[in-house]
Amino acid sequence: MEKNKIETGFSSDAKKEARRVVFVTKKTSAKVVGDPGPQLMTYPHLLIREAMAFQLLVIAMVLVALFWDAPLEQLANPLLTPNPAKAPWYFLGLQELLHFFPPFVAGILIPTLVVVLITVIILLAFLAVFHAWTIFAPTALVAALLLFSYTVREGQKGWLNVLATKSLSWWVMTWFIAVAVCLTVVGTFFRGPGWSWVWPWRTHAG
Amino acid sequence: MAATLHSALQNLRETKVWKSIFRRGPANTNRTRSIAVFGNLFLHWLPVKVREKSLRVRASYYLGSISFILFIVLFVTGILLMFYYHPAVPHAYRDMKDLQFVVANGIFLRNLHRLAAHLMVFAVFWHMFHVFYRGGYKPPHEFNWVVGVVLLLVTLFLSYTGYLLPWDQLAFWAVTVGTNIISAMPVVGNKTRFLLLGGNIVGENALLRFYVLHVVILPLLAFLLIGIHFWRVQKDGGLTARSKGDDGKE
Repeated sequence: MEKNKIETGFSSDAKKEARRVVFVTKKTSAKVVGDPGPQLMTYPHLLIREAMAFQLLVIAMVLVALFWDAPLEQLANPLLTPNPAKAPWYFLGLQELLHFFPPFVAGILIPTLVVVLITVIILLAFLAVFHAWTIFAPTALVAALLLFSYTVREGQKGWLNVLATKSLSWWVMTWFIAVAVCLTVVGTFFRGPGWSWVWPWRTHAG
Repeated sequence: MAATLHSALQNLRETKVWKSIFRRGPANTNRTRSIAVFGNLFLHWLPVKVREKSLRVRASYYLGSISFILFIVLFVTGILLMFYYHPAVPHAYRDMKDLQFVVANGIFLRNLHRLAAHLMVFAVFWHMFHVFYRGGYKPPHEFNWVVGVVLLLVTLFLSYTGYLLPWDQLAFWAVTVGTNIISAMPVVGNKTRFLLLGGNIVGENALLRFYVLHVVILPLLAFLLIGIHFWRVQKDGGLTARSKGDDGKE
């Protein structure tokens, strides 16, 4: 039988791969892509690990299920409210919020905001590298003032000490306004050709 | 003995029947190993080769796999439980008692289903946090992150709808507390609650609706989204590579 050219023998693995050497983006020059490291064949290396994970997990769960019974209380009775009546554990954080806030805030507004936040978190990643300094700078300023407000002792005078009396909603609104003002002012007065930084009192071509 | 078994298996793999089913002989070359993956309906969304780094336990803790394994366990035990369950008042509760005292291994079945359900919620949350801290949401993985968020919500609703089915005090009041929150929604709150419960109270109609959501609608949705989720992992270039001097972008 003629030997298959692709055949590499039972013990060998596909450690080599065709790989990208450079990576050209719009803004930067050619960039060398990091070495992704050696590769292994999915069959059998990944599949055996998945199979092991499956078996270990099922065996462990069977052992627990043999000795730990699921709870079952009395037949449901709409006339007899247990105290406390608790939701499943993953909703107890929400129930804790309900203790402090009205149902609309704790039950609808906050969960919706959380879901929206974790969905768009991928778009907020740029904050981590501080590229969007026109958002970061006013945020840092407001955060610094918030921290400062905790150091104020009662009865002290001065305009900064008034901050200690402000509510959380005041801080959130102030943050929002600070960011909005900063973005608008910078966009209006300090941006020129190619959205580059310009000083408004200097004339420039374009 | 082991050698005999091995050679018997080897011979089996060379037969016409085996090849007609698996479309290949023994997987002893990298070519046939590749075919073993992309020629198989259940494996074809996997890449033929994987980075050695991605296979390490610390790369993922296999949390995605574990979540899916738990889903499969729930699927199997759930179907078995359906043989013994009537979504009606008060039969539902009696069926729980039957599972405990009449059905052979009934309590074990219910224990396993409940344990896997709680573990799945836990595993899916952990999976999400781990992916986040590894930067797994960064381009080109953004869409799969969003699919993952929807899968988290589906997991929570699956668990929550299942919570009512035993129809005991725990189930009834947990769901009553939860569905009362819905009526706090502006404008459509009460309508939505009515739609979900099939009435104004958690009663027989609510049980039937939660049952249908739990055993048909949400599992179908979950299967569909899991399919997209897995498929996109490969299409987006596998697990996020993290090497020195790399900002997570591939």
